[in-house]
Amino acid sequence: MASLIPCPHCGLRPKEEFSIRGDASPVRPAPTASDESWHRYVHIRDNPKGRIVEHWHHALGCRRWLVVERDNLSHEVFGVTDAADWAKRKEA
Amino acid sequence: MSAFRLSHGGLVDRSRGIGFRFDGDDLRGYEGDTLASALLASDRLLVGRSFKYHRPRGIVTAGSAEPNALLTIGTGARSEANTRATVQELYDGLVAKSQNRWPSLKHDFGAINGLLSPFLGAGFYYKTFMWPAAFWEKVYEPMIRRAAGLGRAVMEADPDRYEKAWAHCDLLVIGAGPAGLMAALTAARAGARVILADEGFRLGGSLLSERVSIGNAAAADFVRDVLQELASLDTVTLMPRTTVFGWYDDNVFGAVEKVQKHLASPSPDLPVERLWRIAAKAAILASGAEERPLVFGGNDRPGVMMASAARTYLNRFGVGAGRKVAVFTNGGSGYQAARDLASQGAEIAAIIDGRASAGEAMPAGTRMIVNAGVTKTLGRHRIEGLVVERSGHEETIDCDALLMSGGWSPVIHLACQRGAKPVWSEELQAFVAPDVGPRLWLAGSAAGLSGIGDCLRDGSAKALDCLAALGKPGSAPEMPEVEGEYDAGFAPLWYVPGARDKAFVDFQNDVHVRDLSLAQREGFGHIEHTKRYTTLGMATDQGKLGNVNTVGIVAGMRGVSPAEIGTTTFRPFYTPVSFGAMAGTARAERARPTRTSPLHGWAKKNGAQFVDAGLWFRSAWFPQSGEKGWRQSVDREVLAVRANVGLCDVSTLGKIEVFGRDAAEFLNRVYSNAMLKLPVGRARYGLMLREDGMVYDDGTVSRFAEDHFLITTTTAYATEAMAHLEFCAQALWPNLDVRFVSVSDQWAQMSLVGPKARLVLEKIVEDDVSNAAFPFLAARAVTLKGGLKARLFRISFSGELAYELAVPANYGEAVADVLMEAGRPHDICPYGVEALNVMRIEKGHVTHAEIDGRTTPDDLGLGKMFAASKPDFIGKRLSSRFGLTAADRLQLVGLRPVDKAKELTAGAHLLKEGAKPSMANDQGHVTSVCFSPVLGRSIGLALLKSGRERYGEKIVVWDKLRGHDEIVAEVCSPVFVDPENSKLHQ
Repeated sequence: MASLIPCPHCGLRPKEEFSIRGDASPVRPAPTASDESWHRYVHIRDNPKGRIVEHWHHALGCRRWLVVERDNLSHEVFGVTDAADWAKRKEA
Repeated sequence: MSAFRLSHGGLVDRSRGIGFRFDGDDLRGYEGDTLASALLASDRLLVGRSFKYHRPRGIVTAGSAEPNALLTIGTGARSEANTRATVQELYDGLVAKSQNRWPSLKHDFGAINGLLSPFLGAGFYYKTFMWPAAFWEKVYEPMIRRAAGLGRAVMEADPDRYEKAWAHCDLLVIGAGPAGLMAALTAARAGARVILADEGFRLGGSLLSERVSIGNAAAADFVRDVLQELASLDTVTLMPRTTVFGWYDDNVFGAVEKVQKHLASPSPDLPVERLWRIAAKAAILASGAEERPLVFGGNDRPGVMMASAARTYLNRFGVGAGRKVAVFTNGGSGYQAARDLASQGAEIAAIIDGRASAGEAMPAGTRMIVNAGVTKTLGRHRIEGLVVERSGHEETIDCDALLMSGGWSPVIHLACQRGAKPVWSEELQAFVAPDVGPRLWLAGSAAGLSGIGDCLRDGSAKALDCLAALGKPGSAPEMPEVEGEYDAGFAPLWYVPGARDKAFVDFQNDVHVRDLSLAQREGFGHIEHTKRYTTLGMATDQGKLGNVNTVGIVAGMRGVSPAEIGTTTFRPFYTPVSFGAMAGTARAERARPTRTSPLHGWAKKNGAQFVDAGLWFRSAWFPQSGEKGWRQSVDREVLAVRANVGLCDVSTLGKIEVFGRDAAEFLNRVYSNAMLKLPVGRARYGLMLREDGMVYDDGTVSRFAEDHFLITTTTAYATEAMAHLEFCAQALWPNLDVRFVSVSDQWAQMSLVGPKARLVLEKIVEDDVSNAAFPFLAARAVTLKGGLKARLFRISFSGELAYELAVPANYGEAVADVLMEAGRPHDICPYGVEALNVMRIEKGHVTHAEIDGRTTPDDLGLGKMFAASKPDFIGKRLSSRFGLTAADRLQLVGLRPVDKAKELTAGAHLLKEGAKPSMANDQGHVTSVCFSPVLGRSIGLALLKSGRERYGEKIVVWDKLRGHDEIVAEVCSPVFVDPENSKLHQ
C-alpha cells in the first residue's frame, strides 16, 4: 500500500516512484578478474534477512540510481545515498 | 410487534422521513438512521440466512463487526453485495435485498442444510466430496458454491467514479469517540495539523449511544461543541465516513472515504469512494472496544443482540429492541442495557448473570437469575423465549428480545497489522496491543480503559505524548465532569455449558463450538489451523466478534491460558474495501497510459489500421478500398516501397541524447562494437549486450559532435535501456563525464524508403542529399525548405535506399503531409509496421523475436559486432565462458518451404527429416515468418543448431501442438533480398 523513501535529491517520496534492481553490494570486477569472480558478480546473490543494501532507481523522480539501506524484515530504512557517491566512496 | 420506534429521543430527525425498500416491501425510516436501525424500527428482525446452514439470522450489532445483516444494496450496475446494514446510512429510495436464500427469506429451501448438519461439520468438503475426482470441478464445486455463500457480484460495469489521494498530517486520530475527540482537540489547540477520521457518518463514536452527561451537557451536545471548535481550525481535517483500514510502513495509513455511498443518485462530478493514503508523523488509535457475544445454545436466533447494540439503537436511533427484554450477561454492560430499556418503558423479563453474584442495583421487582446460563432459545424466525438453566433446574422465560454481553475486547487490529502480536492481559481478560513504537499510540478503550472520563483523559494525555515527540508543546484541555457512568467490568465466560442447540462462535461462517472441538480432535489445534479448518474468522467480519471467544474456548478445551493459544494474524483490511476504490481512476482505458505518435493524425487520415505495441498505438497497415484482408494491403505496401517509395512512422523508437567529454568512451563500454572512432556526421548500427553475454537491444548511434551523440533503442526497450544506461553511468562508472536525456517524445521520426526516396527528399530539404554529399550512414542536422531544422539519417531497415527524417514533434504531421505531396508523382505509399516487418525479414534483420535473451551476437550472425579488441564493455567478459562458444549453438538462418504453397508458422520447432518429435531431437525453432510478396512465397527466420553450416539442408518444420501439418523447408541464408547490399548505396 505504501512506504516512503527519503530520496537525497527529492525528499520523502512514495515507493511507487521507484523501481528496485536488487542487491547493491556486488562490485563489477575488473575485466581481467577470474571467471569465478565474474560468475559470482553476475549470477550469485545472497538472500539475507535483515539489514541490506539495494539499488533503487528513482524512475518517476530525479532518475538517479540510489543505494537504499534498509531492513527487509521490518522495512525500516536506515539511509539513502546517491549510487554515484556510494560507488566513489567504495572505490576510495 | 416487538422491536419498535420510540416516540421521542435519539439523534434521528423525525421530521424527515425516508422511504426505502427491503425485499420488495416499502418501509420508512428517518434521517440519521442506518439501514439496520430502520429495519429494526419496522420490526424486521429476520434479515438474512446463514452461510452454511441457512439458519434465520437477525441484526446482532450496531457497527462494522456485524456478521449477519449483510444485504445487497442498490439495483442494476450499482448493486453492492454483502453491505453491512449496520453501517449503511439510510437514504431515500434505498433498495436492499437479503442474500443466500431461495425462494424467499422466510421460506428458504437451503434450510434443509440445518437438518443435514451432522454431515456438514468442519472440513466436510474435504472429506465428503472426494470421489470421483472429476466430479469436484463439474458437480460438487458448483453445487457448494450455489448453496453456501454471501451475495452475488453484478456483472455490469460500475457506473461510478473512484479516486485516490494522499494526505499529510502531524497527527492522525483514528476514531472520534471520547478518546479520539479529546486527542484531536488537545493536538489541534497546540497548532498541530490533525486529521480526525471515523468510519461512522456522524462523528462521536460511542458517545452518541450514551445517556451520560458530560460537563452538564448531554453527551451528543458535548460532541457537537468539540466538533465545532475543531471544524473552526484550518489545521484540522474532519473525515467522517472514513475507515482507516491499514497501517503500513513509515506510518502511512490506508483509508477509504465513502463520499457518496449514502446518496440515491451520486453526483457524476464526485467520486463515490476515495482511497486515501495518509502520511502521519504520529497517530493515535482510538478505535474503542468490541463487545463479545456469549456462546450458548441458539445464540443466533433473530432477536438475540449485543447489549451495547441495543443501547445504541435505543439511545441513538430511538428504537427499542423489544418490549419484553431478557438480558444474559457476565458484566455491567447487560445491566446498563436493562436500565436504559426499562427507563423507556420496556419490560425486563429477566437478567441472567453467569457470575456467582451480581452486585448491581436494579429496580425492585426485576427478575435476577445469577450463576445461570441460557441453554436454548425458542421461536423460529424471531425469539419468543429462552430456556435458562441453573444448578440443573431448567426454566422457560418468555421474551421478544435477548441482549447478551460477554465482556469487552479492545479493538487493536491496526496496531497489530505490521507483525506485532497481541498480548493477553489477565487483568483485562482480553488481548491488548504490545508497544508498537513511538509513532502509533493507543488511547481510550482501545488501550483497555472503560470509563468515559478515563477515555477523555487518556485521549488528551496520549496527544500530549505525541506532541512532545513532535517537538510541539501542548496543554491538556480542562476535563469535563462525567455523570451517569456505569461499571463495565466483567468476568470471563467463554462458553455456556449444556447447550441444547448449536452454540455459535462465528455467526458469519456458521462455526459452532463442536466444530472447534472437531478441529482439536483431528489435529488442527494450532489456532491458525483451527481457523483454516473451520473457516472461523474469515469473510467480511474477519472474526471481529467471535475470535476472542474462540481463543478462550480452545484454551479451555486444552486447559491452558488464552495467552498460550494466541490470536490469528491481523492483516489489512480492517473492513472490506471495494475494488473500485483500490483501482481509483485507473480502470478500463485509463488503466494504463495510451501513447500516440506525433504522426498519429497523419496515419489516421491516411486510413491506417492501428495495433497496440506496448503503450503505443502504431500504424499497422493502410488498407485501400477493395482490399480484402490485411495481407493484401501489406503485400501492396511492400511492393510499392521496393519499386518506388514509401513513408513509415518510426517515431516510437527510443531516442536518447548523450552528451559529455566521455560520451564516446561511455558508449564504447555499453555497446559491443567499437564506438570511439565513429566520425562526426556518421551513424552506426550498435549492439548492446547484457553482462551475461546475451544481446540486450539494438539500435543506431549517430555522432553530431565530438561530445554529442544520439542513440536509438527499439520501441519495446526504450524505457528499460534508458534505465540501464543511467545505471552504467551512475553506479558503474560515476567518474565518466556523461549525461543523457530521453527525447523519444520530442521528435517525430519518419522513414522515407525506396529507390525514389531521394527524389522525394530533395524537394523538401535545402541541403545537398546526393549520394556523394549524403552517403549511406550519414547523419546530420539539415534545414528543410521553409527553414525548419531537422535531423536526417541515411539508415535502412529494409535494405532499400532509405532515410530517417526527424523533426520536432509538433511539426511531424505537417512535414509528413509535405512529403506525401512531394511523393505523389512517384506514387509514394504510406506503410505500417506489418510491411516494415516483412521487409526486415526479407533482409534478414533481427528484432526481439530473435533477440530473445538467449542469443549472442554470433548466434545472430553479428559476430563481427563483438569488438574483442576493446579492453572492456558490458557483456564482454562472460561472452567467452563455456557454452556461449559451443559449436552446436542455435544460429540464425533463413527457411523457405520446399513446396512454395506451404506457409511457415512462427514458434514451430525444427526436426531432422525422419526424426521423432522429442525434446532430444529438437533442432531449433522458427522465430519470424512472413509472406514475401517479392519472392511470392512464405519465408522465415529461424534459430537452428549450427545453422550456418547447414544451408541447403532440408528440415522438418513441426508445429503439431497447434494443429499444423509438418512442412519440409530448406535452410538458407537469412538474407533473402539483395544480399550484396547494392540498393543501400545507390
